[in-house]
Amino acid sequence: MNQLTELFAPNLNNYIILCSILFTIGVVGVLIRKNIIIIFMSVELMLNAINLLLTAFSVHHGDSSGQVFVFFIMAVAAAEITVGLAILVMIYRNTGSVSIDSLRNLKW
Amino acid sequence: MTELTWLIPLLPLIGFLILGIGNKYLTKSVASTIACATILGSFLIVLSILFPLINGTLANTTISYFDWINTGSVHLSFSFLLDPLSITMMTIITGVGFLIHVYSAGYMSHDEGMTRYFAFLNLFVFSMLLLVMGSNYIVLFAGWEGVGFCSYMLIGFWYKNQNYNDAAKKAFIMNRIGDLGFLLGMLLIFQTFGSLDYATVFTTTSSIESNSSVIIAITLLLFVGAMGKSAQIPLYTWLPDAMAGPTPVSALIHAATMVTAGIYMVVRSNVLFSLAPFTLEFIQIIGLATALFAATIGLVQNDIKKVLAYSTVSQLGYMFFALGLGAYSTALFHVLTHAFFKALLFLCAGSVIHAMSGEQDIRNMGGLAKKLPITFYTFLIATLAISGIPPFAGFFSKDEILAHAFEHSPLLWGLGLAGALMTTFYMFRLLFLTFFGSFRGTEHQKNHLHESPLSMTIPLMVLAVLSTIGGFIGIPEVMGGGNWLKKFISPVLGGTAEVHTLSHETEWLLMGLSVGAVLLVIAIAYIIYVSKKTVPLTEGVETSVAQKTLYHKYYIDEIYDTIVVKPSYLLSNMLHQLVESKLIDGFVNGMGTAVNKTSAAIRFVQDGSISYYLFAMVVGIIMLLFFNTVI
Repeated sequence: MNQLTELFAPNLNNYIILCSILFTIGVVGVLIRKNIIIIFMSVELMLNAINLLLTAFSVHHGDSSGQVFVFFIMAVAAAEITVGLAILVMIYRNTGSVSIDSLRNLKW
Repeated sequence: MTELTWLIPLLPLIGFLILGIGNKYLTKSVASTIACATILGSFLIVLSILFPLINGTLANTTISYFDWINTGSVHLSFSFLLDPLSITMMTIITGVGFLIHVYSAGYMSHDEGMTRYFAFLNLFVFSMLLLVMGSNYIVLFAGWEGVGFCSYMLIGFWYKNQNYNDAAKKAFIMNRIGDLGFLLGMLLIFQTFGSLDYATVFTTTSSIESNSSVIIAITLLLFVGAMGKSAQIPLYTWLPDAMAGPTPVSALIHAATMVTAGIYMVVRSNVLFSLAPFTLEFIQIIGLATALFAATIGLVQNDIKKVLAYSTVSQLGYMFFALGLGAYSTALFHVLTHAFFKALLFLCAGSVIHAMSGEQDIRNMGGLAKKLPITFYTFLIATLAISGIPPFAGFFSKDEILAHAFEHSPLLWGLGLAGALMTTFYMFRLLFLTFFGSFRGTEHQKNHLHESPLSMTIPLMVLAVLSTIGGFIGIPEVMGGGNWLKKFISPVLGGTAEVHTLSHETEWLLMGLSVGAVLLVIAIAYIIYVSKKTVPLTEGVETSVAQKTLYHKYYIDEIYDTIVVKPSYLLSNMLHQLVESKLIDGFVNGMGTAVNKTSAAIRFVQDGSISYYLFAMVVGIIMLLFFNTVI
């Protein structure tokens, strides 16, 4: 029991490890997936990994500005995802696909 | 008395601005009136200062107008200095300048570029006044460059003739060589004395040892500047070529005023030069060499203006000879008398050329005395003056130089006299060939012969009067005069008194000898050119080697061409072909080609695949982070 409590105690190291894992999953997702919607989700994953990290540090330092910052990121991310999805809809209408490789005419 | 001083140079400047801006809108008569009026105004103001200075109611003054340069250790004000030396020069410049302006109004009346001509003439007078009025070397230098520029513009006044343009360029470049020396001299003065103000520089010389290397360097560099401006060996060849300009320009710039700027500068810096006997020796040698050298060339020239040009070079050599002897006031005296009679000679030559419809070769003239009486008599007076016949102006100044030379050594006196005799010979040769005998030109020219209009002959007459009586301001003590000019100037020459040690008998003897010799030479010239009616041979006829050498001016131009001009052309060509086209162009073009080629090779990286871009971006960020933490 004791060990379990220790494991789940709000230890900063644990949070850092968790966030790094989440972030890496996000990066890899962006890199290897072809579906733009999945890529978007991966981006969100990265953002939230950062948010979590900010919150953790905020608690650790006893400074609430990190948490305030998280709210800003959430707001901006919401706006960004709106624009991104709108673009995605337009891409689908034009190419009939949501693959990242459907638009590759801009070259040379 | 001095409230109007600022107007003296400003009036010609205003004239220049009006004429320059209104070039296209002003009629010829308006242009010439404006030009003459501004100079007359300056002249009157100069006179209003001259007389108080002479009778002692006005002391030497420095008038400061504004701070010109004010940085760190350099404080220079734009200020004018009024003292006997500057006022003498100012009188010559505005007085002779005004006469020549009036003359030009007649001489240039047929030229379409008349407004432009007067604009530059006014600008010249402005610069020249700046040169002599400045109370520090910087103002002097500004004027110095200004006159050089105006000289360039006026030599190349008839710019459609390529030869004239070349002559203008030659004058400008040769002057630049001298200017560089002058500039370096000024910098050295500043380094040594910490100031460029005359008053400061000349009063802090006590720490400088006589003939120390620093003072020798300064004076030699200043003299290099004077060599360029005043056409001394080896930088004299531009002056004869400068005759390409209109004749009144030759009279004003290349005889009376600008070329004496070098002498003015040396007289002004006499405190420095007196500290460097070595430089004075050098000036003496250069001056005497120039005087003799140019005189020998003058003996065989056939172009009326070329003869006068070499005569000017020779007379300038005389003035430097006097400077080298330490006789500063004598040199200034000769500047003054020379300004009168040489300006007169040039203006007479202009009148002759005007009558001959542009002909300048004396072999095609002759017998003009009857057709151009005023020109003839004034020319005669000027010739007598330059030859040193008493009581004409040239006699007194030349005699004083010779007396100083004799004091130094009889050999110098002999050489000086030889130069004077050659001067007499070529001047009378010119006079006899032009005005005596029978007319040798074409029928057309003969019918066209006419005396010049009044606007041209009146300046001639005024200058003739001045050439006659101008010498009386410096009658030597031996003749019962007090040598007024020397006394007037002496405050400027502080300390360096020029004492005559010759006894009166020796002086009378020297005068008698030189006048006798001059009369003898005139007689010889008369026999050759009037009695025997000798006319110089036409081109291409075989003459003796000596004569040929003289006629071709010792081939100096050719020598300069070979050792300076052609090598610089070669060098420039080489630099152009190797450095410019190969190295610099190659580098610049190579950069362009390299960028082109590289981008052609790597453009395929950009294949439009977003996932690939994202991958590159992530790799980039990782590398950035990696290097940031590791390095």
